[in-house]
Amino acid sequence: MSETSSGVSGRPDLKRFATWDTAIIVLTVLVLVVASVVVDNFGTSRNFTFMVLDLMPILLIALPMTFIIVTGEIDLSVASTLGLTSSLMGWFWNHNLSIEMIIPLCILIGAVAGVLNGFLITGLGLPSLAVTIGTLALYRGLALVVLGDSAVADFPFNYTGWVTGTLGDGSIPNVLIPIIALAVVFGIVLHATPIGRSLYAIGANAQAAHFSGIRVARTKFWLYVVSGAVCGLVGVLWTLRYSSARADNGAGLELAVVAAVLLGGVSIFGGKGSLPGVIAGVVLLTALQNALRLEDVSGQALNIVTGALLVLSVLLPNIVTTVRGNWQRRRLRQSAAR
Amino acid sequence: MAEATALLEVHDVSKSFGAVAAVQGVSFPLYGGEAHALVGENGAGKSTIVKMLAGVHRPDTGTLRVNGADVEFAGPADAKAAGIAVIYQEPTLFPDLSVAENIAMGNQPLTRLRQIDRKAMHATAERLFARLGVHLDPTRPARGLSIADQQLVEIAKALSSEARILIMDEPTAALSAVEVERLFAVVRSLRDEGAAILFISHRFEEITELCERVTIMRDGKHVATEMVADLSVDDMIRRMVGRDLSALFPKQEVEPGEVMLEVSSLSRAGVFRDISFDVRAGEIVALAGLVGAGRSEVVQAVFGVDPYDSGIVKIRGKRLKPGNPRAAMAAGMALVPEDRRQQGLVMDLSIERNVTLPRERKLARLGLLFGGAERRAAAKWTRQLQTKLGRLSDAVSTLSGGNQQKVVLAKWLSTAPQLLIVDEPTRGIDVGTKAEVHRLMSSLAADGLAVLMVSSELPEVLGMADRVIVLREGRVAAVLNRDEATEESVMYAAMGQEAAA
Amino acid sequence: MTPLAIQKPRKPAMNFLKTRELGIVLALAALILYTTISNPRFLSGQSIRDNLLNTAILAVMATGQAVVVITRNIDLSVGSVLGFSAFTVATMMSDHQGLPMIVAIVVGLAVGAVAGLLNGVLVRYGKVPALVVTLGTLYMYRGIVYQWAGGSQVNADELPAHFLNFANDNFLGIPWLVLIALTVVGGATLVMRNYRVGRELYAMGSSPQAAELAGIRVARNLLGTFVLSGALAGLAGVLFAARFGTVDASAGTGYELNVVAAVVVGGVAVFGGSGTVWGAGLGALLLTVISSALAVLEINQFWQQAIVGALIILAICADRLVAVRIARSLRKRDAHV
Repeated sequence: MSETSSGVSGRPDLKRFATWDTAIIVLTVLVLVVASVVVDNFGTSRNFTFMVLDLMPILLIALPMTFIIVTGEIDLSVASTLGLTSSLMGWFWNHNLSIEMIIPLCILIGAVAGVLNGFLITGLGLPSLAVTIGTLALYRGLALVVLGDSAVADFPFNYTGWVTGTLGDGSIPNVLIPIIALAVVFGIVLHATPIGRSLYAIGANAQAAHFSGIRVARTKFWLYVVSGAVCGLVGVLWTLRYSSARADNGAGLELAVVAAVLLGGVSIFGGKGSLPGVIAGVVLLTALQNALRLEDVSGQALNIVTGALLVLSVLLPNIVTTVRGNWQRRRLRQSAAR
Repeated sequence: MAEATALLEVHDVSKSFGAVAAVQGVSFPLYGGEAHALVGENGAGKSTIVKMLAGVHRPDTGTLRVNGADVEFAGPADAKAAGIAVIYQEPTLFPDLSVAENIAMGNQPLTRLRQIDRKAMHATAERLFARLGVHLDPTRPARGLSIADQQLVEIAKALSSEARILIMDEPTAALSAVEVERLFAVVRSLRDEGAAILFISHRFEEITELCERVTIMRDGKHVATEMVADLSVDDMIRRMVGRDLSALFPKQEVEPGEVMLEVSSLSRAGVFRDISFDVRAGEIVALAGLVGAGRSEVVQAVFGVDPYDSGIVKIRGKRLKPGNPRAAMAAGMALVPEDRRQQGLVMDLSIERNVTLPRERKLARLGLLFGGAERRAAAKWTRQLQTKLGRLSDAVSTLSGGNQQKVVLAKWLSTAPQLLIVDEPTRGIDVGTKAEVHRLMSSLAADGLAVLMVSSELPEVLGMADRVIVLREGRVAAVLNRDEATEESVMYAAMGQEAAA
Repeated sequence: MTPLAIQKPRKPAMNFLKTRELGIVLALAALILYTTISNPRFLSGQSIRDNLLNTAILAVMATGQAVVVITRNIDLSVGSVLGFSAFTVATMMSDHQGLPMIVAIVVGLAVGAVAGLLNGVLVRYGKVPALVVTLGTLYMYRGIVYQWAGGSQVNADELPAHFLNFANDNFLGIPWLVLIALTVVGGATLVMRNYRVGRELYAMGSSPQAAELAGIRVARNLLGTFVLSGALAGLAGVLFAARFGTVDASAGTGYELNVVAAVVVGGVAVFGGSGTVWGAGLGALLLTVISSALAVLEINQFWQQAIVGALIILAICADRLVAVRIARSLRKRDAHV
């Protein structure tokens, strides 16, 4: 009995800091530090560039995905939108459009794909899970229709080179600039504007948000449009990075994005989560994969780690809450017995 | 009677949620052939007791005894098996299943092949409905039933299990007087057959009419268990609240000013039709009527959270865009909605975020919010309304019902409205806070605010309102001035011919 | 309020739901008719047989998925479970040529059931939403197969003849595969419609809170549901191995999409509580016939996936339309204004 009461002190303070997003940030830093010591070549600037390039698509798509999941919805069509814009990029290039025309056009097409999602979900009131499973198939299918199983590869070097290149002295990859810029913008919008506040309210209780004068449907609609546009941009960057426009580019990426967002502490039910947590989730996922690959673990086997992390990110906080509750109840029973 | 073994005994039970002790050391017996009332303010722990008896929660300490033997319920199935049936405050139906399936769930009649015997199931439902005197098609899905009909299905469900212990948590809240009378007749016959009844209600006239014994709770603790005949209503209230009540309805006389809100021929198909009325500055106008008469629907359409098909809403003479709560807010309107948990508050968010939710845009500097302005605004308004809270950053769900209602009021008063619509402003809050809310509304009106109030509590309507608009089945049945409005005149208008028949 | 108005329209909702399955049958008939007119060989015995054999695997998985979705959950791991089971059984049969078919089926079912049990435990006791759990196990089960198989594969010539023949053998003139699929779909439909446990599953999907309060054994039912879905995916793995003969670690990749599509197209609402198992079976048939019709009509095969996507969207739009219409008719019926 005495040992339980001695364990009580300090608990409440710990609880305030032990949220999942802080835990994941700490864990991420830990993994980065340990990996650079233990894994050969992990800390090199070449590897850093690779990691940033690997991280780019997941992180960029995770930004709008975080917003969408915070409002309690989901967008599973992101990777297919990416594939569709990649396909179209190749098709446009084959039809002699200039790359300066193609890039904004692709982002616009991504946005249009988002408009369809947004209309079906907010205009017709259909469940986002089902709608975006449908458009996941539809957009990937259209990508296949556009380009079949062929690839387009001859994009101009000054563009492909920029995406894979680095700034000045060679340690900072170029793509880090748009990544950081977008992350900052999304972070500010989510955490320090009225729009961000309304997203949390929508996710936690859409009806109460509506009664507070928040335009729930319109807000959600625009989130899907933004998500589509970002996917369009990522489709362009992906194509340029590999110098290859293919219909199956980014296939399955939606799972990695959702996994990273949930790993970052965003609740799948909406209303909870933070962008720093999500960024940590993406970095953690990418760093782990990178480190394991350097250690010659096969890429497909990495799926085990990704899947386990995804489940654990939701499971662990639940277990902690349950254990804490049981423990509290036991303490109450004991004090009552005395 | 007291010497007989209780069918069910609650013995010294306690239950805590986190740091909050919901129930502490409560004991009372339920005897067969007796209806037992459980009264207390909201937050007194009545619903927690119900959930323990239903097997949803397990008591932290103490025991439940059925027929004198200790029992432990691992889940609702165990409670059911012990002969306990519960009618919850909020209906718990399966919207996709038929009404008959809802009633039979768990003990459907089976054929020889252990398949469900649908014919027998429908016949049972028909029989139960006949006993309750309601007309419902057992084969229709539960989705789309009115609240009153849902409650009746719940009651039929409880009856179908032929339980020996029937627990009813505010079963009458949504029912009309006729339906309440029928329910009571059925409950009395069950009681006379030897069942034990636990009845929870906020309406004292129902308690004195139905129950023999009463247990009073306050702040999670047991106050008294006595025969109803030995107590007056005033005694019960005093013990519930722990002090005397003064001036429940402190209405101040105010000279009405200009017309603030003007509603003309507002209609929405299937919900309400041809509603016209106005509200002046300094005036409190009440919308009265039975549940389902369309009162909440009217004010929600006026505020713009619901659409309407035709008609005009004018505020200070200017026509308001329909279906647009933002325009309504900009024009100086505020709506404190009926359902606090679903419509009024975002329960998981902090008190601070809830209070500032409708005007984040105004609090932002250069479009940005860094917390300071929000904290100050929230602190100012919660203090003004004397809200009892820990930290502003606590989730609003940690507050008691009365304090939650104050947060909703703070949220809307902070928008500095000229017209305040309050829908059931004191539903489910304790008597003390009730008086505070009434005083607040009265002083707001005295300051020149126009107040439109929806209320199901007749004393509140009569005590607070300058004018009473009675709705019946979606239409205006009567407009009564303060001196014309009495219990009889309002009820007569609300029930129409039914009362005459 | 008026008793007269209530007695007249009997079961309008039931009729509406029936039109959903009827709608699929009609769409199917129109598609078959059109395709047959342009190429009569589409209705030849061999073509029908191929279509049914291809439907069988999808229909078996759709059955499990339909039951899961009816309880307001989802199982995205079925494709990976199929791969796991197919590789396990194929490896086992190539190592032990003498094992009878029934052993292969039992092992497949068992592998799937264990995978499903883990899903169910995580959903129920870990309180992790099914979408997250099965997304995670989709990765994990697939990763485990890859880790195990590496780049190797089991070829048809390594498998015993009786195992491969099972896919083509008939019983009373009906291919075994089709017979199994019919039994699975029919049995599940019956249980879901006429037995207590089936109705409890509908109740759980219709209102999870009410199900707990009603004393339904939610934990047992939920575990059972995920075990069923896993076991059926495992069974599908055995059928897959027998039908295609060649199995590597990627078997069944992406199948979850087709399975969910079949269920949604078949009229099972993603929010649970409504739809039928045989509707999902029809959905599987429709998807299969579409893809073979594309080939017969010489339409670019790349259109197939786009059509699947469009169908899913069309199906949920149709559901929504029906729901709105029902709500409106109910409101009119109840209205006294």
